Amino acid sequence: MTTKTVGEPIRRVEDARLVTGKGRYADDLMPGALEMAVLRSPLAHAKIVSIDIDPVLDVEGVHAVYTFEDLEGPMAEPMPLLIPHPDLTHGRTQYALANGEVNYMGEAIAVVVADDRYIAEDAVNRIVVEYEALPAVVGVDGARKAEHLVHEDVPGNVAARMEQGFGDVKKAIKNAPNSLSLDLKIERSAATPMETRGTVARWDQDLKRLSLWSSTQTSTGVRAAVASKLGLDLGQVDLVTPDVGGGFGVKIMHPWPEELLVPMTAMALGRPVKFTEDRREHFISSAHERGQEQHIEVGFDDEGRILGLDFQFWHDHGAYTPYGLIVPIITSTQFLGPYKLPAYHVVFESLYTNTVIVTPYRGAGRPQAVFAMERTMDAIAQHLGMDRTKVRENNFIQPEDFPYAHGDLNFQDGRPLVYDSGNYPELMDKAKKLVGWDDYEKFRAEARAEGRTVGIGISCYVEGTGVGPYEGGHVRVETNGKIKVATGLTSQGQGHETAFAQIVADELGAKFEDVEIVTGDTRRMPYSVGTFASRAAVMSGSAVALAARKARAKILRLAADALEVSEEDLEINDSIVSVKGAPDTKIELGTLAVLANPLRYAFDEASKAATQFAVGDPNKPPVPEGDEPGLEGKDFYSPMRSTFASGIHAVIVETDPETAEIKILKYAVTHDCGTLINPMIVEGQIHGGVAQGVGGSLYERMEYDEAGQLQNASFMDFLIPYVTEVPEKIDIDHVVTPSPLNPLGIKGAGEAGVIPTAAAFAAAIEDAEGITITSMPISPSELYDLRLRDGSAVNERTQA
Amino acid sequence: MTVSDKAETALVPVTLNVNGVQHDITIEPRRLLSDALRHDVGLTGTHVGCEHGVCGACTILIDGKPTRSCLMFAVAAQEYQITTVEGLTCADGSLSPVQQAFKECHGLQCGFCTPGFLTTVAAGLEENPNPTEDEARDMISGNLCRCTGYQNIVKSVLKAAEIKAEQEESAS
Repeated sequence: MTTKTVGEPIRRVEDARLVTGKGRYADDLMPGALEMAVLRSPLAHAKIVSIDIDPVLDVEGVHAVYTFEDLEGPMAEPMPLLIPHPDLTHGRTQYALANGEVNYMGEAIAVVVADDRYIAEDAVNRIVVEYEALPAVVGVDGARKAEHLVHEDVPGNVAARMEQGFGDVKKAIKNAPNSLSLDLKIERSAATPMETRGTVARWDQDLKRLSLWSSTQTSTGVRAAVASKLGLDLGQVDLVTPDVGGGFGVKIMHPWPEELLVPMTAMALGRPVKFTEDRREHFISSAHERGQEQHIEVGFDDEGRILGLDFQFWHDHGAYTPYGLIVPIITSTQFLGPYKLPAYHVVFESLYTNTVIVTPYRGAGRPQAVFAMERTMDAIAQHLGMDRTKVRENNFIQPEDFPYAHGDLNFQDGRPLVYDSGNYPELMDKAKKLVGWDDYEKFRAEARAEGRTVGIGISCYVEGTGVGPYEGGHVRVETNGKIKVATGLTSQGQGHETAFAQIVADELGAKFEDVEIVTGDTRRMPYSVGTFASRAAVMSGSAVALAARKARAKILRLAADALEVSEEDLEINDSIVSVKGAPDTKIELGTLAVLANPLRYAFDEASKAATQFAVGDPNKPPVPEGDEPGLEGKDFYSPMRSTFASGIHAVIVETDPETAEIKILKYAVTHDCGTLINPMIVEGQIHGGVAQGVGGSLYERMEYDEAGQLQNASFMDFLIPYVTEVPEKIDIDHVVTPSPLNPLGIKGAGEAGVIPTAAAFAAAIEDAEGITITSMPISPSELYDLRLRDGSAVNERTQA
Repeated sequence: MTVSDKAETALVPVTLNVNGVQHDITIEPRRLLSDALRHDVGLTGTHVGCEHGVCGACTILIDGKPTRSCLMFAVAAQEYQITTVEGLTCADGSLSPVQQAFKECHGLQCGFCTPGFLTTVAAGLEENPNPTEDEARDMISGNLCRCTGYQNIVKSVLKAAEIKAEQEESAS
């Protein structure tokens, strides 16, 4: 009997190629392709007075150089604003190549296509641009002051102002027995996948067809944008997503200028063209995230229950708004976390600065939201002298409250914010046990006795995952018994080839090894949305399950005919359909696939069985009415709304009394992503998320100076964690509240690890030092400065 | 730009010994070893993550020593025996202990940094066949991974040592 694979830590099928150097990433493709290099603005804000490309023209090996003047038709128009919103009253997007003005350091101005990248870069360096520098707007502060404008026609640098809420917040706060206000700040960070962006294109003049490969999180989105911009029919463009070396959000943004310019030049030159971004380019031209300033007013009772909360924040979205308001909308809604608020009001402004664009990075506005809410919870606990976990528990939505609607708030999918399922008290119980919350005071006392300073922090979150609109699955049983499955969204290391194969194998009763998954290939599945918002398992996992169920229904129908039994008497195990209790009456899936396709011509031994003189009832059409040839199933999954995963992180840190170095002693995660398809992969996702969270809490920030120059655009200066910076061990425990919204009860898991991390660290450092932490990330030197400013804390510590 | 056109295009013959095979290529003297391996020799398993020697994705073995191929010119690598990730696979196509261990312990996700870890650990285990957990961390402390949080990479190092020891024992 086939063993069920869903829920098992099946080893990944991807790894055989990836550990042997046989993966195929964008830059590995199309040897001999011409290569593109980009001239990028050295200034954050300037008018372009003139561009002289003459010095490039005689460089041997250069095939073409393009500036804005060379772009035609839709290519000469601004790039798409992907997600319009009624409140985005002043949305702006850049041109594929700058049209007379640059608004961030790194903005593309010209491209050169040459025999190889070395020559292309030589040529780029010969282009002479005359700029008229303009004052740069940097940071939320600079944007709000609006002494200078990023875009002349956008007053106050405000692209959007959005307001939502429910209940009478002002009254609730005014009448509350206790109230507090907080001012908080989170710095910019970025996804920085190990593989930068890359795009390869080949135009086939004979077939009039464009083959495109891009290191992207959305195959169909890039395809549609390219077709639209280059004046091609969608059917003329194939986009194949190769192996992708990490995405974490930055590769959901599209089209990047190069994703349009590479196919454009490939068509113009009649030669394959490739662009591979280098690391510095990734820092100065690919998206960042996180930067926000926040103000909170909260009223609460003596048990710490929130009675009303007013949340105001300012979101730095960089120079343009191609991804709309998704990040701040997520912040404004996911702020509510696992808590029941009787009255809530949120208003945000999304602001222009002369910096790289801001689009979702793993967590996508949630780490900021959780930071704000959890800092508030800690402040309430501090104010009332209560245990921090107790304050949270007193505000929790209870298991019996689901489905739970937060007033009439709308989530990022434009749908009402309704949580599907969860058990927050259980998460808290497990988290406290896992980190040793109740024994902590003893631990602290022992540490103090040794002259050590330790602190503990805890942080809760709810993550809307699996947003629509839909994903599709296509399952085909081949005549050799192999099962070919396609789904349109892409993979960047999440192990989809394994997890989706587990689902299909279980649904069909097929051997796991026989199932092959293809993702992100528009030739195989042209209808798709993309991989973001922890949606792949929920959306495509459900879609391939539904598609497999359709294939299974046909398998059983054909097998019942072939074996002359009723469908109810059949079972499928190890890719063999047999009669229950009579295992010798059986037929293989591959044989059924042969029978499903009535043939005129035999091409091998197996296919002989399906030819016209071998099979079928001569009194019926070979393909019955309403049926189609082949043994396939196709279906789509389109949920009413998002599922809501949740979790709690707790961390114990030790701070060095001299150097202010912050050391992680313990890190604990409790997590609820509904049904786990492959716990090994889920835990891997959590590990990686926590490491990114550590980076965002203690190390990573984009250091822009007042002129808008990014000062740390390299891995030498922008510090992402090595093994030496992450917790030695991450303790994980699961709670499973299956989602009622999809066939398998799945919720997303991809982003969870990074969401509550900064809030947990802030709490732990605050607990250790007795200094209020209002800004993240925090470096040792900043902690040291805080100690100096907060003399009392220093004295306390000295006395302790 | 001060480099003359002539200097940019002057090509030189270079011989690289990669995974036991000699490759004769003609390249510019400025061509990085990482680019020569990937695009001239055609072994794309060596990945380039930063081109400034920090991430370690491009780590190969030069006479058995882990080396950043993005920080070396191909012309300077002619005297040495080069091993890339492709060369770690056993002659019969089976996975070497390090490759097996990373697969077994879920020591990779997107796989982009993985070749650099595999070569680094392969060399590390030659030097220290029986690392402690701390020594395993130390072994990989110069390589960046953005996916795994290193938890399962540390486990992979320890597992690789175990598999290697078992194989050597059964061979002897």
